[in-house]
Amino acid sequence: MSQTVTKSAPAAEPSRPVAVDGPNESFRFPLLALFIGAAVWLVLSSVLSLIASIKFHGPGFLADFAWLTYGRVRPASTTALVYGFCIPAGMGVMIWILGRLGQVRLALPLLVVGGAASWNLGVAMGVYGILNGDSSGFQGLEIPGYAAATLFMGYSLLGIAALITFHRRVQRNLFVSHWFFIAAIFWFPWIFSTAALLLLGAPVRGVAQALIAWWYSANLHLVWMSLVGLGTAFYLIAKFTGRELQSRYLGLFAFWLILLVVSWTGVPKAAPVPAWLPALSTVTGVMLVLLPITVMVMVYQTLDGKCSLLWESLSTRFVRVGVMCFVLASVMWVLRYAPRVSGMVEFTWFQSAEAQLRLSGFFSMIVFGAIYYILPQIAGAGSRGGVLARVHFWLALGGILLAVLPLAIGGFVEGSKLQNPNIAFVDVMKLTLRFLRLSTIGELLILAGNLLLLLNLMGLTVSFYRTKAAVALRGALEETVPVGVRA
Amino acid sequence: MNLGPLIFLAAFFALSASWFGLVLKPQMQIGRLTQTNVLGGAVAYPVARPGLAQQGLEVYRAYGCAQCHSKNINQSGTALEVLLTDPGTNRPGLMAALKQVKPGFADAEADALLASLPAKLATFEKRDAADAAIKTIGSSSAKAQLNLVPYGPDIARGWGKRRSVAEDYLFDRSVLLGSQRIGPDLSNVGLRQPDMNWHLRHLYAPRSEVKGSTMAPHPFLFEKRKLGRAASPEALKLTGDYAPPAGYEIVPRPDAVALAAYLTSLRADAPLFSVPMSAPAAAQNATNAPAAAGATNAAAQ
Repeated sequence: MSQTVTKSAPAAEPSRPVAVDGPNESFRFPLLALFIGAAVWLVLSSVLSLIASIKFHGPGFLADFAWLTYGRVRPASTTALVYGFCIPAGMGVMIWILGRLGQVRLALPLLVVGGAASWNLGVAMGVYGILNGDSSGFQGLEIPGYAAATLFMGYSLLGIAALITFHRRVQRNLFVSHWFFIAAIFWFPWIFSTAALLLLGAPVRGVAQALIAWWYSANLHLVWMSLVGLGTAFYLIAKFTGRELQSRYLGLFAFWLILLVVSWTGVPKAAPVPAWLPALSTVTGVMLVLLPITVMVMVYQTLDGKCSLLWESLSTRFVRVGVMCFVLASVMWVLRYAPRVSGMVEFTWFQSAEAQLRLSGFFSMIVFGAIYYILPQIAGAGSRGGVLARVHFWLALGGILLAVLPLAIGGFVEGSKLQNPNIAFVDVMKLTLRFLRLSTIGELLILAGNLLLLLNLMGLTVSFYRTKAAVALRGALEETVPVGVRA
Repeated sequence: MNLGPLIFLAAFFALSASWFGLVLKPQMQIGRLTQTNVLGGAVAYPVARPGLAQQGLEVYRAYGCAQCHSKNINQSGTALEVLLTDPGTNRPGLMAALKQVKPGFADAEADALLASLPAKLATFEKRDAADAAIKTIGSSSAKAQLNLVPYGPDIARGWGKRRSVAEDYLFDRSVLLGSQRIGPDLSNVGLRQPDMNWHLRHLYAPRSEVKGSTMAPHPFLFEKRKLGRAASPEALKLTGDYAPPAGYEIVPRPDAVALAAYLTSLRADAPLFSVPMSAPAAAQNATNAPAAAGATNAAAQ
């Protein structure tokens, strides 16, 4: 019932020219700082990922440099993607939506700028550390301990600004996106501090380390990213179609599903730990299948079956692809725990494909959509960067398809061959090379798309501030010119 | 409808539940894990790795070896094999028992079977059936023995003798299990390839040791030195395409030696209470630690 209240007011927003001193202005510099920093890391991550991928064309590629060895480039690339792009860009989008839904200015913009600076410094230290050999080695948390503290501080500043903005809201109603975002804002510091303390600070003994790494990784990739990504998707879909989200109860169900069920998955089925742990993760991992179903029903009902509505604007086009990738990635996650299939896909490229689909397909696409929606509102009307953005969309879509599909299929082939001990391991690896080399093309397209995003962001920012400076200069000149001359 | 506090509490409750279940509880269980005994012996397991191998684990971590190599053996199940160890003196009784245990057993096969003892008679899935078979054999004056043999694709590949368990990693700082097998599993690489020099040559030029290997060479772990008056004792013995140009030699840096020491120390094949198996006598001294120290010239550094 309350959904309509906000939905009706800002529905006309995208087309409205931005008032220079409107509430949006408070968001401008902090969000541009977050987004541009994120885009720089995004490009760097795809460059590193491309290097890692080319290594499968010839193992001798760049092999003479210790810092460019596959075991360092690969984690540096995912760290740049997850910590450099996904988290700060996600925070920026959340801060914006919290402000819009509450119809308030950004609280403490300086805190966000400081948070972005601290966070980006932490990511730089982390990526440098990994390339330099200080990686912790734990998948999902490869950053060295010294980067973790800076990251935590940066996140705290961003989180506090987001929460205060939320607290000061004028529009007091809570929407589905609110629940998702508030839970996500609290969720990350808890899992991150636990993992950083127990893995990097004072490491626990034995295989408990691996358990904590799995728990952290699943909570970051499945819980935090689902909360942020889906919350953003729900907001954008409702906003662009002008329809109420259907329904609040399904949203509540998805929310509880993520919090209570998905947070328990992550331990691989054949992990060398007490058997109750993989069993628990298997049950929750299979129950996760309810989540994509719920999301599909929600989107379908909200659109009243007219899914083509999402094709009409560029932002929702990104969202549409993002939601589809979310459904696919979730199904792939369930397959990891499905009987028979799980033994086959474990330790293969299939899992990399799932992770990439979740990061580049689901989360990044939805955040791209949100960024392209937010940009014109904070950097002036007419700054859609139309062509660049449209080309970015197609490059990203093609890149994801070409990067993920070969890996997923190759993973299945690899897994089924590995089950047969009569096929030599080296021969199985040679078989997967074909798929890996195909996915290099996808990596290349993704890199090109990400470059366009960065160019777009930089171009907009420069042109916006240049215009602003020109206006200010003209104003200043007019004031100093003697009155007689002006007449 | 202001559900703010409720949602906060819900998130808090859900997160603490997952935290208690997947962080605190396992830590209470695994954190209390102590050394155990190798099954059927008074040998402690595991034993901490020697210092050089522990340094090698740091190198393993720093170069991200776990990105391509897992250290986690899977096992599909445990087969119960009934072995005939002693034919006894009651030949007709034994033949009758054998026919019962092995349906379709022909008298003509008996001599071949008895010539190579202990001989495998049958494999069972269930303990009851295996026990019944042993009892049947024992009803003649013959003796049979039960062997527990783990099986699965990983084991068939020779990557391990049994599945990995929590005890295997007890003393490792940075437990890097790996999630992908771009290269083979390394849980027992020290058992498969105990020669440190092999590992050094393989790190320098993987294809010199494994034909068609897709592993990246790690030349930065080695030093290309001008040959002095005599070749260094620790220089790699490379041949063919991989040999250095005349007048030069390839010498491992300390990192490479430590890494090779770590790799040769990887061996997790002791039969334990949690993974019972009938191991040959050699497994008695399985320590998850390297073979005798100083076994190679490189280790002398």
